Amino acid sequence: MALSEQSIPEAILSVENITLSFGAVRAIRDVSFDIKKGEIRAIIGPNGAGKTSMLNVINGFYHPQQGQILFRGMVRRRMRPHEAAGGGIARTFQNVALFKGMSTLDNIMTGRNLKMNKWNVSLLAAMFYYGPTQKEEILHRQFVEKIISFLEIEAIRKTPVGRLPYGLQKRVELGRALAAEPDLLLLDEPMAGMNLEEKEDMCRFILDVNEEFGTTIALIEHDMGVVMDLSDRVVVLDHGEKIADGTPAEVKANQNVIDAYLGVAH
Amino acid sequence: MNDVANSLNKNDTFPKLLLHHAKVNPTSAAYRQKHLGIWQTLTWAEAAARVELMALGLHSLGLKPNDKVAIVGQNTTSLYLSFSAVQAIGAIPVPLYPDSSATEMSGILKEAEIKGAICQDQEQVDKIESLTSEVKSIEFVVYEELRGMRQYDHKHLQSIETLSQIGKEFKSKDPKSFASLVDQGKGSDLAIIIYTPGTTGTPKGVMLSHDGLQKSARLAADQDNISSKENILAYLPLAWIGDHFVSYAQHYVTGFTVNCPESPDTLFSDLKDIGPNYFIAPPRIFERLVTQTKNRIENASGIINSLYHYFMTLADRVGAKILEGQSVGLTDRFSYALGNLIIFGPIKNNLGFNHIKIAYTGGAPISDEVFSFYRKIGVNLKQIYTQTESSGYAFLQSNDSVLENSVGPAGPGVEVKIDSKGEIIYRSPGNFLGYYKNENATKKTLDKDGWIRSGDFGTINGAGHVRVIDRLIDTGKIASSLQFAPQNIENKLKDSPFIQDAIATGSGKDFVAAIIVVDAEATGNYLEKAGIGFSGYTELSQHEMVFDLIQNNIKTLNEELAKTQDLAGLQIKRFTILHKQLDPIDGELTQTGKLRRNQVSKRLKKLIEALHSNKNSIELPSTQDPGQSRTKSNMVLLKIRNARHTEDNGLGN
Repeated sequence: MALSEQSIPEAILSVENITLSFGAVRAIRDVSFDIKKGEIRAIIGPNGAGKTSMLNVINGFYHPQQGQILFRGMVRRRMRPHEAAGGGIARTFQNVALFKGMSTLDNIMTGRNLKMNKWNVSLLAAMFYYGPTQKEEILHRQFVEKIISFLEIEAIRKTPVGRLPYGLQKRVELGRALAAEPDLLLLDEPMAGMNLEEKEDMCRFILDVNEEFGTTIALIEHDMGVVMDLSDRVVVLDHGEKIADGTPAEVKANQNVIDAYLGVAH
Repeated sequence: MNDVANSLNKNDTFPKLLLHHAKVNPTSAAYRQKHLGIWQTLTWAEAAARVELMALGLHSLGLKPNDKVAIVGQNTTSLYLSFSAVQAIGAIPVPLYPDSSATEMSGILKEAEIKGAICQDQEQVDKIESLTSEVKSIEFVVYEELRGMRQYDHKHLQSIETLSQIGKEFKSKDPKSFASLVDQGKGSDLAIIIYTPGTTGTPKGVMLSHDGLQKSARLAADQDNISSKENILAYLPLAWIGDHFVSYAQHYVTGFTVNCPESPDTLFSDLKDIGPNYFIAPPRIFERLVTQTKNRIENASGIINSLYHYFMTLADRVGAKILEGQSVGLTDRFSYALGNLIIFGPIKNNLGFNHIKIAYTGGAPISDEVFSFYRKIGVNLKQIYTQTESSGYAFLQSNDSVLENSVGPAGPGVEVKIDSKGEIIYRSPGNFLGYYKNENATKKTLDKDGWIRSGDFGTINGAGHVRVIDRLIDTGKIASSLQFAPQNIENKLKDSPFIQDAIATGSGKDFVAAIIVVDAEATGNYLEKAGIGFSGYTELSQHEMVFDLIQNNIKTLNEELAKTQDLAGLQIKRFTILHKQLDPIDGELTQTGKLRRNQVSKRLKKLIEALHSNKNSIELPSTQDPGQSRTKSNMVLLKIRNARHTEDNGLGN
C-alpha cells in the first residue's frame, strides 16, 4: 500500500473532538481521527452511525457545535462547501448528484469550474470567444479528456448522464470530483448499488487515482471486503461514536466492531 | 504485374516494406489513433523510426532470430508496430486474444517457448506475470500503458518508452545496425505464428511466411483495386487472421491508413468518425447493425416507417442490380436515387458506411437476409472465405458476381476441388508452412502437393462458386438417411432479427430440434411494445409471448424448407429457448464468435436429450459451471415446445 513504516507522512486533515447535533439528536459525539497524506482512509459503521454526517462536516456542509478541523495544519472554522472545494477537497455523493440532462463531458467540465480563470470565462470574454476564452477551453477540455481516458468512459463522452446505468453515473461523478484536482477526495459509498463487476472496476479506479495522482482518499463504504482490500487505515463509527481506528486487520479483530456489526443490545 | 513482382522481390519481408514506405511516402498517414478525443496521425516515416527503436531495444534485451514473442492487447498503433519490431530482428510474433484467461494462454506460451511478451496494459501484464513461474522461457515483458504499473517490480518489466530508450542508446553506438538487421530477413522466413482458436480441440499454431502473406495480400488487393488511399478501422482481434491479413499484410503491401479505435467500446462512433472505405467484419457485427437499424425504424414515426418500407421494397427489386452495374429501368433508377437521398443514405451515414467501397464478411456464414440488406442499400458487402492455414486468402466474391449463398470463386492464384467425401480442398499462394511442433496435424491437413484440407463440407457450382455447407465433422444423418448440416438450418433461423444464435440438433436422431438464443434488444423491444415488463434476460427469454414469436418464425422456416425436397425432412419439430446468451468466456463460442458445437453439446447434453424425448420442460442450473454447488433457487425451468402446433405440447399428446 501507499504507506511505508519508515516515513510516516503528516496528516493532511485532522478531526478533533467533533460533536454534531441536530436539535436533540446527537449525530456525532466527540470523534477525533486524522487522514494522512497519500493514504486511503475508510470510514465504516452500521446504518445511522454518522458516517455521512462526518463527511459533511469535513466538507464544510455541516458546522459542528464542538471541536475543530485542521486542514493542512490550519484550523478551519465555519467553512462553506465551496471554500472547502477551493481549498482542495472534492467529493462524490451517496445518491448520484449529477446534472442529468448534460453530457458526461459537460458534467466533468463543471468540476473544472474552480480552476478556470474567471476573466477568460466571463460573459464578456465568452461573447468574443476567440483568443483567451478559446485557449482556456482547450486547456480544460484536455484535462477533462485525460480523466475520461483514465476512467475509460470514452464511449459515453457525449451521452446525457441521465441515460446511463447507475454504475457509470457513479464513475462520471468520480470524474467530476477528479476534475477539481483535489488534494483530498471524499467518496460517499462509491460502490453502493453496484454489481460485482462494477465494484471491481471502481476499486481499480480508486486505487489508480491514489497511485497515479497521489490523491488522498477518504471513503465511506458498506462492503467490508472492499474496505479491507482498499484502505490503509479504517475508522469505525457506531451511534456517532468512534469505536475503533487502525489497519483493516486490527479493526477486523476488534471486539467492539464485531459487536456493532453483529448487533449487541445497547 | 512486373512492378508488383519487382517490389515483392526487393521488399520481401514486412520490415523491408515498412522502410520502403518510409522512404517513398514518408509523410502519408500510416496509422491514426484517437487519443484524448482527437485523432492523432502517425506517418510512415514516424512509424519506421518507432519500429527501429523498439527493434533495437528488443535486440539489446537479447532477443534472437527465431525467438517467439507474444503480443497481446487491443488494436493499438504501438502493438501493430511491435509486430514489425519483432520481425525486424528475425524473431516471430505470436499474437494472443486479449480476452483469453491466463490458463488458456499458458498452453500456447509453453508450446511456443515464448521468450518475451509485449502487452497493452496492466490486465495483460498480470496474466503473463502470473505464468512466469510456469513458463520458464519468459525473460522479459514490455507494456504499453503506464497506468497502474508504478508499483510493479521492474526487473524484467519495462514500458515501450524504456524499451525505445534502450534502443536509442544502442543506435547511438551503432547507427547502421537496424538496416543490417532488416536486410538479413528473407521472404521465405517464418513471419508469424497464429494460433487458431479452433471450434474443436486445442489451438494449433499456424506458421505463415512473409512470402505467403504478402503474395496473397497483394492478389486480394489487386482484385478489388485496394490502393494506398483507403482508410480502414482496425478493431478485430490482432490474433485473428482476418485482422492480420487486412490491418497488417494488406496495409503494408498497399500502404493504406489503419485507424485504431479509441477503446473497444467506441467502435461504432469511431466508425462514424472515420467512414472507412474498406471494411471487414464477422457476420455478428453486420447482424447487430441490421437489428439495431430495424429496431430504430420500428420505433420511428409512422411516416418514416412507411417511407422505409416503400423504398426497401423498391431496393429489394433493384438495389443489388444497381450495385452490380446491371441494367435497370429509368424510373426505378430515379426512385432508387430518391430513396438513397432520404432513406438509404441516412442509414449508411448512421452506420459509418457512406464511403464504403468494399466490405467483406468472413470467418463464419452470414444469413442471406442480413447480407442482402446491405447490398440493397448500396453497401458493397461481399463474402470471403478465410482460413488461417492459407494466410487468410482462399475464396472471395468479385464485384460483378455475388451469389448470396456462396463465398465466391477461388481467388486469383487459388485452386479448389471437392473430394469424394464432399470436403473442400484448395491450394493457395498463402499456404502455411505447417503447424508449429505438430507434424501429425500438418500431415493430416496439408498434403505434399500443397493441397489444404479445409475440414468444410461444400459444393462448387458450374461457374466455380464455392458453397460452404458446414464443418465436415458436424454434418450427420437424420432418420438414418437424410444428410443434415446443422449450420445450414441455424443460419436460416438467424435470418430472424429476434434470433441471435441457434443450435440445431438431430444428428443420429429421428428429427431436427433447435435451441434458440433470442436477441435481447429486438425481443425486449417487442415485449415492451406489447406493454409487458420483464427483469433480465432469463425472464425475457422464457416469456410465453417470446415462445409464440419464435414458434411463428420457425413455422415460416419450416414452410420454406418443405418446398425443397432435400430439406423437407429437416423441418424443426421441437424447440426451446435458452435462458442465457452464448458466451466466449464460457467456451460456447470462439473468440471470433463461432459456435463451439462440441463444447455446447456437452454443456447442454441434458437439454438436447430432453428435446429429442417427449418432455415438455426441463430444469437446468442457471449457471453452467459443473463445479458450482447448486441449490434449488438457481435452477431454471426451460419450456420445450412442439414447433408445428401451438396447442399441442409434446409429441405424445
